[in-house]
Amino acid sequence: MLSVAQLQLGQRAVIAAIQGEDVVCQRLLEMGVCEGAEVEVLGFSPFGDPLEIRLRDYRLSLRRSEAARISVRLLTGGSR
Amino acid sequence: MTAIEAVRPRLQSRVVALIGNPNTGKTTLFNALARMRQRVGNYSGVTVEIKKGRMTFDGKSFEIIDLPGTYSLAPRSPDEMVAVDLILGQQPGEPRPDVVVSIVDASNLERNLYLTTQVMELGIPLVLALNMTDVADGQGLQIDAARLENQLGIRVVPIQANKGKGLERLKKAIDEAVDCPPPMRAAPAFPEPFEREEAAFGARLGGRWPPFLIRRLLLDIGGYTEKRLATDQMNGLREELQSARLRLASAGCKVPEIEARTRYGWIRQMSAHCVRRPERRPITWTDRLDHVLTHKIWGTAFFLALMMLVFQTIFAWAVPLMDLLKFGKEWLGELLRGSLPAGPLASLAVDGVLEGVGSVLVFLPQIMLLFAFIAIMEDCGYMARAAFLMDKIMAGCGLSGKSFIPMLSSVACAVPGIMASRVIENRRDRLATILVAPLMSCSARLPVYTLMIGAFLTSGYPGWVPGLTLFAMYLIGLLVAPLIALLLKRTILRGETPVFVMEMPVYKRPSLRTVLRRVLDSGWAFVRRAGTFILASMVLIWALLYFPREDEQGQSYDLQIAKLRGDLSNLKQNTKFENDDAKNAIEDAAQAIEKTIAQIDGEWKRNSYLGRIGHTLEPVVKPLGWDWKIGMAALASFPAREVVVGTMGIIYNMGKVDSGNIRDLEQVGATPLAKALQEDKVFTVPVALSLMIFFALCCQCTSTLAVIRRETNSWRWPLFTFGYMTVLAYLGALLVYQVGNGLS
Repeated sequence: MLSVAQLQLGQRAVIAAIQGEDVVCQRLLEMGVCEGAEVEVLGFSPFGDPLEIRLRDYRLSLRRSEAARISVRLLTGGSR
Repeated sequence: MTAIEAVRPRLQSRVVALIGNPNTGKTTLFNALARMRQRVGNYSGVTVEIKKGRMTFDGKSFEIIDLPGTYSLAPRSPDEMVAVDLILGQQPGEPRPDVVVSIVDASNLERNLYLTTQVMELGIPLVLALNMTDVADGQGLQIDAARLENQLGIRVVPIQANKGKGLERLKKAIDEAVDCPPPMRAAPAFPEPFEREEAAFGARLGGRWPPFLIRRLLLDIGGYTEKRLATDQMNGLREELQSARLRLASAGCKVPEIEARTRYGWIRQMSAHCVRRPERRPITWTDRLDHVLTHKIWGTAFFLALMMLVFQTIFAWAVPLMDLLKFGKEWLGELLRGSLPAGPLASLAVDGVLEGVGSVLVFLPQIMLLFAFIAIMEDCGYMARAAFLMDKIMAGCGLSGKSFIPMLSSVACAVPGIMASRVIENRRDRLATILVAPLMSCSARLPVYTLMIGAFLTSGYPGWVPGLTLFAMYLIGLLVAPLIALLLKRTILRGETPVFVMEMPVYKRPSLRTVLRRVLDSGWAFVRRAGTFILASMVLIWALLYFPREDEQGQSYDLQIAKLRGDLSNLKQNTKFENDDAKNAIEDAAQAIEKTIAQIDGEWKRNSYLGRIGHTLEPVVKPLGWDWKIGMAALASFPAREVVVGTMGIIYNMGKVDSGNIRDLEQVGATPLAKALQEDKVFTVPVALSLMIFFALCCQCTSTLAVIRRETNSWRWPLFTFGYMTVLAYLGALLVYQVGNGLS
């Protein structure tokens, strides 16, 4: 299954699950990264990590290591 | 009159707690509500500050507590627990709030309401302040506040905190909410299996824990409530907790996921009735700005330019202000010296207290200028972008992008740098940043470097040697700091990986009031909390250098010097010369007196208690190639590194040397002090290098230690910093001297 870390710029996807039960996982959940929520990749930092996504009505940045734990179903979009 | 009012005397002020996510305008609202008498609350073991202020409405007085901004009430550290304890009335010495005001960003309602649903469970009357309604409008979001009020079962007041709109209605709602019942009925219901486990645990703990903490205990794996349970005298509860969570997982209520699922599910359902979204999301200013400011090339270029401006400001533009303070200090010193009789009192006033006060105030320009930048960057939303751009670099040493600005600022001065570490929410990251910030080569080391390089590594060396040596000294800090940070994060600050999950807030125009307030607060906080300690250490070193004040014949040094100074000024007043010979003769006489003063001063300081300590410690500093005089100068520089130059001047009979004048490498070598050092047989190139390395790595700076004490709210961390840096400095100097001496 695809993870947020594998998404391209501008792609949109729906969150399916988050791996783990540790503090990283809890923090992501609190921020609204949970099943059913939609994400869109907005950009990448100069070194490709972290990345910026749109989630609910706001922008969130997270590292690839965290993004890799969020599995998603691809909706649409692609390189703008 | 209700029951609650009957119990409370009418005069007692009501307590209102303000809670909300970061970037919701909470501080702006606090400043707008509590204009009068703001103060800061401190709790032991806690590094966050909690602000309090007063508000009046309808003739009644309210105390407002500004809780730290947070996304969730799932405490993992003492810092995060404070907010929970305060609202539950469990914080010793603090009354339970009568009302909680939850401030939310209307343009980002879903995520903001997550925290609100948690606050609903705390059993306290609640008012929702719906802020940033203008931003929501800009995004085409239409929020039906009346409906929201109905759905949530609590008062909802639309406001624009930055424009002061809706504040009167909010105050009225707070006043009315005091006597309302807490909004328990509206909070989202957790699935039945979860509530069953909760009830069982509540019974097991015999009702000693509030229901909210029982819920947190089940939900927060490795959270603070678990740690509290460990101190609670009950056996086997940990195992019971484990099996309860396992049962929940098999019942389809996996922890921690169940919480987010329940709350966000409820929020979505509820907001479907109250929020109308546009068909297509309009492109906002934030979209346009972010496109440039987080761009690989343009974003980085803008960031670098901005950082250069920040650095230039605190490194160079603060200097005129600092010089002005120094000038004022010297002027006042002369005035005091002239009006007080020579003796311990005059010396204490001028060399101890005035010097101490001056060395506190001299930091203010840098601190306040840096905080002006930080406040603007945070308030307009750029700070998160800066952290975003720099994160990868800082991740290399186990930190996050948020540590970049504190570290960069520390290259000018660690004091504002350490204070800037407040932008880092993660406790361990913040501590690591604070502990390594003093390693960055600050401007106070420059006089030491320039004196040593000017005296020993300039004449007779190729032109590139001085510059390269200076560069190497800066490089040491830049290399050692990340290594130590990494080491700390792997050892004493080890723990769960900090989560770099950061909101990128909407850009907005910074509010002048918020910025000014922050600048003034930072300056005042430094003076009040760090000032006393710095002053005390200055007076201590002064006393160690002043006593004993009599020479072998029993004559006091300062009286001798005062008398000679009197002679000198008499000589200088005589400005009418009959011819050049007479002029020269007088100038020669003046020079002879100045030389005698320097000699007496040198003898005095060498004989002082500090000088004696230097003698005793000579075996310790011998392996570094130092003699007791260098050791004593290093000891005397405990209040601040640059003091070493002035002290060396005195010990080497050269009178007091102003470290501020030692800047230009070319000229330093020709100064009397440099010449005296060159003539001293002890001083060789390896010794100069060893001294430079020592000062590059040591923490001879009470201001830094005082500010660490203030920021961590404990003596442990400044002591630790001083300890590890001194060991590091000693080893570094030892290595350089022994290798250097072996080679030469």
